[in-house]
Amino acid sequence: MYTQALDLPPSPEDQGAVRLAPAASAQEALQAAFDRRIDADGRIEPQEWMPEAYRKTLVRQISQHAHSEIVGMLPEGNWISRAPSLKRKAILIAKVQDEGGHGLYLYSAAETLGTSRDEMLAALHSGKAKYSSIFNYPTLNWADVGVIGWLVDGAAIMNQIPLCRCSYGPYARAMVRVCKEESFHQRQGYEALLSMMKGTAEQRAMVQDAVNRWWWKCLAMFGPPDDQSPNSAQGMRWGIKRISNDELRQKFVDATVPQAEVLGITLPDPDLKWNESRQHYDYGPIDWDEFWATVNGNGPCNKERLATRVKAWNDGQWLRDAALAHAHKQTQRAIKEAA
Amino acid sequence: MSTPTTTPALKEWPLWEVFVRSKQGLEHKHCGSLHASDAQHALQMARDVYTRRQEGVSIWVVPSATITASEPDDKGELFDPAASKIYRHPTFYVLPDEVGHM
Repeated sequence: MYTQALDLPPSPEDQGAVRLAPAASAQEALQAAFDRRIDADGRIEPQEWMPEAYRKTLVRQISQHAHSEIVGMLPEGNWISRAPSLKRKAILIAKVQDEGGHGLYLYSAAETLGTSRDEMLAALHSGKAKYSSIFNYPTLNWADVGVIGWLVDGAAIMNQIPLCRCSYGPYARAMVRVCKEESFHQRQGYEALLSMMKGTAEQRAMVQDAVNRWWWKCLAMFGPPDDQSPNSAQGMRWGIKRISNDELRQKFVDATVPQAEVLGITLPDPDLKWNESRQHYDYGPIDWDEFWATVNGNGPCNKERLATRVKAWNDGQWLRDAALAHAHKQTQRAIKEAA
Repeated sequence: MSTPTTTPALKEWPLWEVFVRSKQGLEHKHCGSLHASDAQHALQMARDVYTRRQEGVSIWVVPSATITASEPDDKGELFDPAASKIYRHPTFYVLPDEVGHM
């Protein structure tokens, strides 16, 4: 999974906090050492000095990435009880469990920057923090589950592979782990679609319908075009972002077109064609108004996803409290016995 | 049922560092961290979060708060002195070819 919201400008209070940092000469020396490390393609580790803006950008990006993994469990989770066979059900449970695990790796990475798990979850639950908009669309039929694996996870992999070389050590290490597991997600999705394409005309129509609904949303996952992505340059400068939005999007299109041919479906873009001079596929314009409407909370499932997530958190409160109370009791008992 | 008046302040589960032995004969290696209410719980969580694909045969969990780490600022003082001691490496010693592998 991946969040396109990385490219959202920081909120005004964040910017205010950044400006407060004093520009003393000691600060300048630290900044110069940091810049040298980045220029040499070095890595930054948690206890080391880093510019406040770098720290804030990473907290925002990693926590939003973690939220995307967690919310990403919901559209597919709906299909666990409706999977067409025991095999597909076991696969889907494993995949959804992986997404939960990816969220946990990422929350841990963000915590090394000085934020707490509770703060991050509070930001998600209040609607202040974003997650990938792709999860604000509904999964209408079983083919959607296959398409999410093939295209949504495929787009996520494109985005996440360069993040394995991110300048912040804990984030890069978490991404290595995530990428290793993500390949299964894409392959299982594509294979599920291959099975449907070998089925009835109705099943093939289901696959085509799902691809039609998800294709453009997946292209938008890579974020706004480079010339409208003001934070990209800073992210590149810091070694957080390695490849631009448009470049990643192009790589995804080029990789996907032959896969669609093997599958036997048509990607819903009349402008999609090989460009011999560019040695890339050309593709049509993306509906950015629709994308921003969804990012800003007006997608078809924004409210439902957040409400489900908040309910799960609230319903689990007694269990989290009970586990701590139990641990406390065990400690007290051990102390008593030792005395 | 009596509720003790000294109920602990309920907050986040504490943080644990997870070390996994990938196979018998190899060392435990740090692989990440997680939140859990106590040590047993941390072991169970570590199994689910870090060994879903047989990545390990043994797990250690350690409360993160109990780890003492060296300061990044001390890096030079601690580690630079070794840089000049190249005689600690076998390649420092040039031997005649006739000696063969040693």
